[in-house]
Amino acid sequence: MADSHPSTALGAGAAAHPKLQHHFYNMDQQLEASILGMWIFLVTEIMFFGGLFMAYIVYRTAYPDGWASSSQLLNVYLGGANTLVLICSSVTMALAVRSAQVGSRRGQIVNLMLTMLFGTTFLVVKYFEYAEKFHHGLVPGALWNPQHELADGTLVALALPSGSQIFFSLYFIMTGIHALHMVVGLALMAIILWMAWKGRFSPQYYGPIEVSGLYWHFVDIVWIFLFPLLYLLGFHLGQGH
Amino acid sequence: MSSAHITPVRTYVAVFGALFVLTIVTAVVAYFDLKFMNTFVALTIACTKATLVVWYFMGVRYNTPLTKVVVVAGFFWLLILFGLGMSDYLTRPWLGVPGR
Repeated sequence: MADSHPSTALGAGAAAHPKLQHHFYNMDQQLEASILGMWIFLVTEIMFFGGLFMAYIVYRTAYPDGWASSSQLLNVYLGGANTLVLICSSVTMALAVRSAQVGSRRGQIVNLMLTMLFGTTFLVVKYFEYAEKFHHGLVPGALWNPQHELADGTLVALALPSGSQIFFSLYFIMTGIHALHMVVGLALMAIILWMAWKGRFSPQYYGPIEVSGLYWHFVDIVWIFLFPLLYLLGFHLGQGH
Repeated sequence: MSSAHITPVRTYVAVFGALFVLTIVTAVVAYFDLKFMNTFVALTIACTKATLVVWYFMGVRYNTPLTKVVVVAGFFWLLILFGLGMSDYLTRPWLGVPGR
């Protein structure tokens, strides 16, 4: 941008882009404002998840044994596979935005569909993990009845150190709110996919797909921290539950 | 004409490869007991992965200085929460506060 002075920013005789809103000088400024606004929203999300991570630190400090023993009961292989699935969804999301930047409608549609497919895979795996925890009585509150499953499928009572219920409370609330963000992200992607299908985005105008991508990547970042803090904490103790 | 920078596909593929490998590394390392280093190593890898996502996938690298300041401030405020929060919880036993 050679000249960003307000009165000449559009250039002499240049017609305004139909998607340029009247309170912006040009498309670049409009996009910058969208990205900045989205980041300010994401900072509130950092604070939102930050409160839960703070609770995690406080209770892990208070109940180190309960934390390690409970973490051991989570399935590292499913959690790890889900981490890889989310990374795949993030790269397809980045490629969807790039497709809009280079004006490929097909690229946007294919990559957005892949992103939604990976996102859905994540939620399906999460469902099976939750179902297993309910089956083993590892749900805090009235259903709390920790059990260990033998090779033949019989359940025997499992003694867990104090603090285990708090670990599982935080496990369910943190992964649950993360999963809720995934559901919201999938709804967002459905809208963006529809817009991309209609050919709404172009190299000059791709703000909505860009900021939706920022949201999607943010949700991926939350999981990048949840995986080691919840699943890997007790991995070295062996998965002998 | 938009002046936005378009990241080459190979950069995205390279970052994807790095994230994939780091995920495997963090899981393999966690299998071994490194004593007090366990959490330190896990969080170092997680922070590296998060930085790669923010810098390349989210494209903060090509954003304006104002956006960069907002991003850094957001994560910095989180550290203030953890730092001041734990300076309270960890020092309570020193004073023998009833009920801790």
